[in-house]
Amino acid sequence: MQTFFIVAILALGFLITFQIAKASEYVAVLRGYERSRLQSNRINGFLLLAFLVIGLVGVFYCNERLKGKILGVPASDHGVLVDRMLYVTLGITFFVFVLTQIGLFWFSYKYQEKENQKPFYFPHNNKLELIWTVIPAITLTVLVGFGIFYWFKITGTAPKNAMRVEVTGKQFGWEFRYPGKDGVLGKKYFKNVNPAANNPAGQIWDDPANYDDVFVEQEMHLVVNKPVQLVIGAKDVIHDVGLAHFRMKMDAVPGTPTTMWFTPTYTTRQMREKTGNPDFVYEISCDQMCGKGHWSMRGLIVVETQAEFDAWMASKKPQYLVANPGKDPAVKTDTLSAAAPVTGAVIR
Amino acid sequence: MSEAINIHSGAAGHAVHHDDHGHGHPEQSFISKYIFSMDHKTIGKQFLITGIVWAIIGGLFSVLFRLQLGFPDQSFPILETFFGHWAKGGQIQPEFYYGLVTIHGTVLVFFVLTAGLSGTFANLLIPLQIGARDMASPFLNMLSYWFFFIASIIMLSSIFVHTGPASGGWTMYPPLSALRQAGDGQKIGTDLWLIAMALFIVSSLLGGLNYISTILNMRTKGMSMTRLPLPVWAMFFTAVLGVLSFPVLLSGAILLIFDRNLGTSFYLSDIVINGEILPNEGGSAILYQHLFWFLGHPEVYIILLPAMGMVSEILSVNARKPIFGYMAMLGSMFSIAVLAFLVWAHHMFVTGLNPFLGSVFVLLTLLIAVPSAIKVFNWLTTLWRGNIRFTPAALFAIGFVSLFISGGLTGIFLGNSTIDIHLHDTMFVVAHFHIVMGVASFFGMFAGVYHWFPKMFGRYLNNTLGYLHFWVTMVGAYLIFWPMHYQGLAGMPRRYLDKRGWVSFNQFADLDKMITVVSIIVFAVQLMFVFNFFYSIFKGRKVTSQNPWGANTLEWTTKIKPGHGNWDGEIPEVHRWPYDYAKDGREFIPQTEPVGANESKH
Repeated sequence: MQTFFIVAILALGFLITFQIAKASEYVAVLRGYERSRLQSNRINGFLLLAFLVIGLVGVFYCNERLKGKILGVPASDHGVLVDRMLYVTLGITFFVFVLTQIGLFWFSYKYQEKENQKPFYFPHNNKLELIWTVIPAITLTVLVGFGIFYWFKITGTAPKNAMRVEVTGKQFGWEFRYPGKDGVLGKKYFKNVNPAANNPAGQIWDDPANYDDVFVEQEMHLVVNKPVQLVIGAKDVIHDVGLAHFRMKMDAVPGTPTTMWFTPTYTTRQMREKTGNPDFVYEISCDQMCGKGHWSMRGLIVVETQAEFDAWMASKKPQYLVANPGKDPAVKTDTLSAAAPVTGAVIR
Repeated sequence: MSEAINIHSGAAGHAVHHDDHGHGHPEQSFISKYIFSMDHKTIGKQFLITGIVWAIIGGLFSVLFRLQLGFPDQSFPILETFFGHWAKGGQIQPEFYYGLVTIHGTVLVFFVLTAGLSGTFANLLIPLQIGARDMASPFLNMLSYWFFFIASIIMLSSIFVHTGPASGGWTMYPPLSALRQAGDGQKIGTDLWLIAMALFIVSSLLGGLNYISTILNMRTKGMSMTRLPLPVWAMFFTAVLGVLSFPVLLSGAILLIFDRNLGTSFYLSDIVINGEILPNEGGSAILYQHLFWFLGHPEVYIILLPAMGMVSEILSVNARKPIFGYMAMLGSMFSIAVLAFLVWAHHMFVTGLNPFLGSVFVLLTLLIAVPSAIKVFNWLTTLWRGNIRFTPAALFAIGFVSLFISGGLTGIFLGNSTIDIHLHDTMFVVAHFHIVMGVASFFGMFAGVYHWFPKMFGRYLNNTLGYLHFWVTMVGAYLIFWPMHYQGLAGMPRRYLDKRGWVSFNQFADLDKMITVVSIIVFAVQLMFVFNFFYSIFKGRKVTSQNPWGANTLEWTTKIKPGHGNWDGEIPEVHRWPYDYAKDGREFIPQTEPVGANESKH
């Protein structure tokens, strides 16, 4: 019923608008087309000026309303660089924006058609054209320089002491693998993937580097102020590891591993204080369209102190022992089922 | 068919028997005049009307998914009435949502803003403005439309198949689009999408080759390349871009069809999907992205350049003043066309691209801002000290410049790989490209429709409705897309249909509501424009003078409603460039007027 009324009101409004429009055309013809054309020209000229003024006020109003809802503090060292680059660019582009929009609408208003106004025959001027080629070129060179400098810093080689974590995206969740004490991620092969046999990552058990690798799902733990290098992959389609608070992002491509590194600078607890939000968590968002669950492909990151991290890690059992309980010194005989850990707990 | 040949020879061999043109022409049947027509003007109208139909469908889809974004917790029973299980309980289901965004994107980028925009105006304006009786090959021109039509039918049919239309996003990245197991939209819908796109590419190549050869070979006497009106130059660069880049997309699409149906592994490697281990090894998913964006980025300019060209013309005519920096405009269009091929990987900064390669693309991408800036300053200077008439066309042209500035400047953020790391695939991108290529190109298209409607149909569009259309759309466009940048700055990913489960992105519920309401209003006003369009074809105020805008270009030297062949007598000869407005105290001097002895030089 409500829908019907809305449709009826829309139709009515439409009809009225159309009748007015038609009538105004007749009036124009009756009063002399030229006269009413000049009148509507004045109205539109005024509206263009009004649009400029209200628009600029609107830009400031919008900023006031929304500036508290964006960005927040960057929570990684790279994030600081990204934000700085962003605000430099914002400053320059905003200046150009205001200048050119004022030019556009002010000229439109000022030089609207008038009885005795003679337009100025001005087909070209080399000096002007040179000026507005060179100035943008120089400005952009500066932005390019800054941008590339930061870009190489961010995408450069990870520090030697960085911890490594393997991140794997799948429809629709995240898996993580820690290299364990040896600091080496064991080899894997996609045809070995077999969750039923406790090998969701497809690890090759013959590789000794795999013996101490720890596998977890949905929640990644990182150490504050310790660089981390993520080795990123995907099982099925392309996903993307989006870390809004760290200002980092990298695609997860099946068959082509990618990497990114950064240093988290605040623990989850510190961020709760900084944002004033007791529910704050670092989230991993999938930023590359990956199917019907794309919008809900959420992972969590906990940033904590080294001691907390070590305690958490100590509570985890290497996947090798989960999959091969016979090799586990802690498991003697029939406690197989009790050892079967995390499987398929995907949040939707 | 013999009739078709008659028309063709009449068009090409005008010098021989121009006298009987328009009189001795055999009476055409309805079918050859309006349906399988080879008259470039009729084909242009066919492209325009098909484009309008597609724009309504694509726009309606955006209203539907905006409903979900603005009101994720509300149920709209009417949706279930129309869409059944796609909107179970009046709520848009995820598969349906992704189908909607995919078809919305594909249709508006390709079917509306490529075929509907350059298809319409290249067809209408090229022969009329260069002084030719028709295209170089009217037959290929007709085929171009009908390939587009078949592509349209197939794309439309994909909406009605049981598993729904393609839903991998308009970029159709594999492996998602290559694997039937990945979801419902990846089943028959994606095959139909690929076939439709392949046919669309054929259409656009036929059209493009025709435009290029017509512009190069069929200009009237005196119409040197530097006397061409800017829309024609814009269409020329557009056609060159299309001819060089569309085949690359075709190859990308064909490899994808192979991967889907013939078991090849061009894009597939190391895949475990739904527990099933696929045998494919050695392919590269990123290869497709290179092939796609090698077209995809030029495509942005394929959409934008015709709008730029028409806006230049319309601003000059209505400011009663020559376009400022004609040669600079050409130069900047040329450099945009060249650079358009060298920036594609800026869509791929976060795919694991080699950082050094990334930095090269940063440089080239930001370079493209220079010619864009030149164009903006030239438009501003064209308005400066003019005597501006605010026809609806002129208003849309001014609106175009405003939107082009706003959207172009945000491109400087995204083209810079450092900032792109944060903004990539967020709502910031959505805001950026909707303003700069979506809405801006639409404004160029509207400007063109309002300006050349009298030439197309011999009648005017209703002005009052035109002004209303402009103001609501202008205000609405900014209300919809300006605040969206803030969502992107917060890191909110695009294509998220419900943000309530997220801690980081759930703070914009009010904003999303506002955007949805405004987009419904804007959509309603577009429907009003469509009504105005069709109503005015039959009932609009009649055009009484041959040159209603007081313009210099050749299309206004034809009869009010020109027949096939455009000029009754000989094709006029051209003596000057098209922008002699306000010269030597004269309001305008048509291109056909010989240069006087005492005329000042410029």
